[in-house]
Amino acid sequence: MNHSKESRAKLLLRLVKGSMRFFVASILCMAIMSLSEMIVPQVISMTVDSVIGERPLEMQSYLRVPLEALGVDIAALPAYFSQRLWALSLVVAGLALLSAVFRYAATLATNKGSETLVKNMRDKLFTQLQKLPFQWHNQNQTGDLIQRCTNDVDMVRNFVSMQLISVFRIVIMMCLSISFMFSLNARLAWVAVAAVPIIIAYSTIFRLKIEKYFFEYDENEGKLSAIAQENLTGVRVVRAFGRERTEIEKFEAMNQLCTKLSLRLSKLMSLFWALGDLVSGLQVMLILVLGTVFTVRGEMSTGNLIAFISYNGMLTWPVRELGRVISEMSKAGVSISRVGHILSSQIEQDAPDATEDPIQGDIKFENVSFSYDGENTIIDNVNLTVPQGKVLGILGGTGSGKTTLMLLLEKIYAPTEGRITIGGKDIAQMRTSWVRRHIGMVLQEPYLFTGTLQENISITQPEATLENVRAAARIACLDDNVQGFAKGYDTIVGERGVTLSGGQKQRSAIARMLMQHTPIIVLDDSLSAVDAQTDAKIRAALNRSFGDATVIIISHRITTLMRADKIVVMDSGRIVQEGTHETLSQQEGIYRRICGIQEAVREEETQ
Amino acid sequence: MNEQQNNTIHHLKWFGLPRLMPYLRPYLWIFVSMIILGLLTGLVDIVMPLFQQYAINHFVAENTYNGIWIFAIAYALVLAAQVIMSCISCYQASYVETCVARDMRRQGFHHLQTLSFSYFNQNSVGYIHARIMSDTSRIGGTVTWDLMDGLWNMSYLVGAIFVMLRINWKLALCVIVIVPIVALASAYFQGKLVKLDRRIRETNSQITGKFNEGITGVKTTKTLVIEEKMDAAFRDTTNHMKQISVHAAHFRALFQTVISFAAYLAISIVLWRGGIITKEGLMLVGTLSVFLNYAQGMMNPVQWVVRAMSDMITVQVNIERFTALMDTESNVVDRPEVIEKYGDTFNPKVENWEPMTGDVEFRDISFQYPDGEEMVIEHFNLTVPAGNTVAIVGQTGAGKSTLVNLLCRFYEPTAGQVLIDGKDIRERSQLWLHSNLGYVLQTPHLFSGTVLENLRYGNPNATMEQIEAACRLVSADKVIARMDGGYNAQVGEGGDMLSTGEKQLISFARAVLADPRLFVLDEATSSIDTVTEQLIQDATQKLMEGRTTFVVAHRLSTIRSADVILVVNGGKIIERGSHEELMARKGHYYSLYTRQYAEENTRAAWQGA
Repeated sequence: MNHSKESRAKLLLRLVKGSMRFFVASILCMAIMSLSEMIVPQVISMTVDSVIGERPLEMQSYLRVPLEALGVDIAALPAYFSQRLWALSLVVAGLALLSAVFRYAATLATNKGSETLVKNMRDKLFTQLQKLPFQWHNQNQTGDLIQRCTNDVDMVRNFVSMQLISVFRIVIMMCLSISFMFSLNARLAWVAVAAVPIIIAYSTIFRLKIEKYFFEYDENEGKLSAIAQENLTGVRVVRAFGRERTEIEKFEAMNQLCTKLSLRLSKLMSLFWALGDLVSGLQVMLILVLGTVFTVRGEMSTGNLIAFISYNGMLTWPVRELGRVISEMSKAGVSISRVGHILSSQIEQDAPDATEDPIQGDIKFENVSFSYDGENTIIDNVNLTVPQGKVLGILGGTGSGKTTLMLLLEKIYAPTEGRITIGGKDIAQMRTSWVRRHIGMVLQEPYLFTGTLQENISITQPEATLENVRAAARIACLDDNVQGFAKGYDTIVGERGVTLSGGQKQRSAIARMLMQHTPIIVLDDSLSAVDAQTDAKIRAALNRSFGDATVIIISHRITTLMRADKIVVMDSGRIVQEGTHETLSQQEGIYRRICGIQEAVREEETQ
Repeated sequence: MNEQQNNTIHHLKWFGLPRLMPYLRPYLWIFVSMIILGLLTGLVDIVMPLFQQYAINHFVAENTYNGIWIFAIAYALVLAAQVIMSCISCYQASYVETCVARDMRRQGFHHLQTLSFSYFNQNSVGYIHARIMSDTSRIGGTVTWDLMDGLWNMSYLVGAIFVMLRINWKLALCVIVIVPIVALASAYFQGKLVKLDRRIRETNSQITGKFNEGITGVKTTKTLVIEEKMDAAFRDTTNHMKQISVHAAHFRALFQTVISFAAYLAISIVLWRGGIITKEGLMLVGTLSVFLNYAQGMMNPVQWVVRAMSDMITVQVNIERFTALMDTESNVVDRPEVIEKYGDTFNPKVENWEPMTGDVEFRDISFQYPDGEEMVIEHFNLTVPAGNTVAIVGQTGAGKSTLVNLLCRFYEPTAGQVLIDGKDIRERSQLWLHSNLGYVLQTPHLFSGTVLENLRYGNPNATMEQIEAACRLVSADKVIARMDGGYNAQVGEGGDMLSTGEKQLISFARAVLADPRLFVLDEATSSIDTVTEQLIQDATQKLMEGRTTFVVAHRLSTIRSADVILVVNGGKIIERGSHEELMARKGHYYSLYTRQYAEENTRAAWQGA
């Protein structure tokens, strides 16, 4: 418990680091601003007593000393200002200007600090997410991660830039107004201060209750929202079963419950505010009445009374705020931990002596095994050689481990046993980005990023021309399609753009891979959504453009694999058959069986 | 996407309040009393400083504290009155806010249940959801709190000006000149900030979008080694965000500064002019102090009035969107004489309902989607005798659900008729049709709640025996027995706590309980484990027995057993006939079938291996 709190504080400190100076500046500006505002009642008090009234000027030492140092004759001031009231009003205006400038600076500094903080947090999170191993991503849900990157980041931001800063501001205001009050009349100041703990205690207790009610209300409102959501997504079911009435009843029941809870909350809130008004109102009244009595007794001047009442007004508001801020601060701790979960997870890291050996030569899998959890074996002792410049075909069913094998080569996962070498060098010793940059991989379900088609295809080669892009697209049989789009290669694709068909996406991914010109190419079932004729056309074009690259093709279609230099059949993480199309077709086994099943399709294709 | 088209600020008459009248009317008296109490509270706020004036002018100046008890009691009474009034008006405001939002939500939801499918196809779930959830609560909050805030501050402002004018009109005028300047400045800043806030929100959603991409596309990013590029692009967006936010902060800071400076400016003017007047003996010191009070206190209300007005203007968008939903009318409605006889969705006259046999006929049907450009079906004729099965096949996105949509009367044909038992379906109520219809979706949809509640969706009056029998029939019983809590197990939102296969079996049982004459099945394409797959195939066969069935089919067994197969491509029906006929034709169906056959058998071969 203690440990986690300590690390939370540390984490927070790490996050705030870049924006600390803004917050410190903001607090300093606030202090100056408050101070210059607090002098105004003093000026008014002196005006009332000595300029308008006849009392000899009594000046507090913190004002008197600096003025005397400047050579001002304090005793002559009332007479001077009495003839020139405008000059006094200029003093007030000057103080106002001073406070205005610092208020502006304080607000701006707070906001700059807050924006810097949030930007730093987001940037750190994004970079971290890119670097975290894929296995980590597998274990975390997208929705939850996004919540952490958005809502929790906002919570942390509010905690620092609103609540923490508020506490400082409130404490400054309180300290200043209290000390001014004590300098005017200590007895009356004690009365004013006595109310402070009462107000804080009362508002904190009330807040806790309000929080509880609010939580209940919020939870049920979430349920109401979910009912509406389900009704909309399930509209076909509702209509087809004629259950509109049930739906309305369900919604209405929750709607009523929410209303009830909301009204219960409102009742408490109204009471809370009213009682707060009452307590601080009574305190103000007490100060007015007692102050009047003190003044009548001659214990303080009229001007001091007016100033005291002003200071009291500056005290009650921040005190009431404090209760709110304290209760809100308690929520931020969870958010800090949630953000911390992402930031403190272990990222992909190469050994410091990682090499950048040339990626050439045969690819060898030597006794490679892999398991996520140590129990279920996904890859089971695979031994395989892919000679340089040759084409390997892998045939396998769902869950046979063929994709995982490729992800091991790509260093997305690391083998639990055995090693993978390229040209005799273990890839585990090489830099991850180095290996990946030399393997062009088209995933089973390719992902396109929001942006134009051209940007997507040339994503690894920013300086590529449209002609380069088109050349790659032509090989992937995509160019003709794109010419049909109204905006051609400027068509926006991805989540916020036009939805491409599965086949178009796959072909875009192939074009994107071709732009990389890598010595090793992996096509993981990358033509599954393309019809058979186009599949054949793309394969022919690819064969011409591969050059001397080493190619691994994964598919469940025999036609895609049959021309490979070598074919392996995978099942349950193991290689069960190995050979060429000719040898495997002769052998008894799964390859021949599937060949037979797909014969009809092959015939149709060749027609 | 929808955010974009709503960027223009709309101006409705009277801030759109007349359009909200139906929702406000039930609470009119509370609403009025809330406004009156709010105004009164504002006026009492004016009175409070006068106590200070009296104390200084009377007790201090005359050097007596005679009657200070009465003074204190009077003060306490006024304070109590103020507290009580503000407490009541606050509660009333929340009451009206909550109730208006509740009523709007209720009627909005009710209205949605009557809208036709074209509405749901044209608007995303998120968009519709926001109309009945967030718009309603925003409208409720604005018409109460902003209105009250505005009026309360307005009354304080008017009251303060009035009192100041009474005390010394010349001095008052010196202060009042500042008010319009502050008002104009507020309006300027508020307008700027509303615009900037919108840009900030847009950028913010871009950032969320990038996070989403960064997370879901992480595998691709890694394989392409474009982490740094992605990082740079992300930083561009966050930089942009920081820029606008700081820009907005400038305005916000300037705004606050101007308001507070204006307040102190007012003080300095009063101190100067008022000081002279007081020195001349024309005004008492207490009066001067209270004047200072008002002068300083009236600048913030100006800002609040402006902010309330700005909120009232921006909420127009929400009002307009909500009323647009309420104004949308269903384009599939039962005719008055049909409702007369069969009742409507909410008050069915079940006693007049004829039993359904299940003969279906599409007679000379032509159809075009309301937002489509061309006819997808033209002069289509098909007779399906009761108990027969029609399979609709074609590639994803080929438009296979069109016929089903017409049969379910989710849409009405542009020309021609759909007849059931020889009668146009428009001659009977939608509820009659839907009560005789069973529908199993490709992606089965369950509602949060227990398994039992979901099963009862098919038939609310089913006995436990009937439910168990239905589950046994489609082999859902074993699945349910495995669940923690059995029939009382929670299925989670949208049934998320169950696997697709489990959801499917439960939705089959739900359809069996409805015991429909017409059965519509949209087969799943996603692969499920072999055992469940077999269970589902058996369940499908059992469900089709003795019922007129339309299947959007993917499984060869289902397709082969159909009486008629319709092949759809590009939204149109291009081939029809029995399996043998279509195979012999060696057309579109033939190639579709051979590929499907190869894929299904390849899968089976792996599982056998």
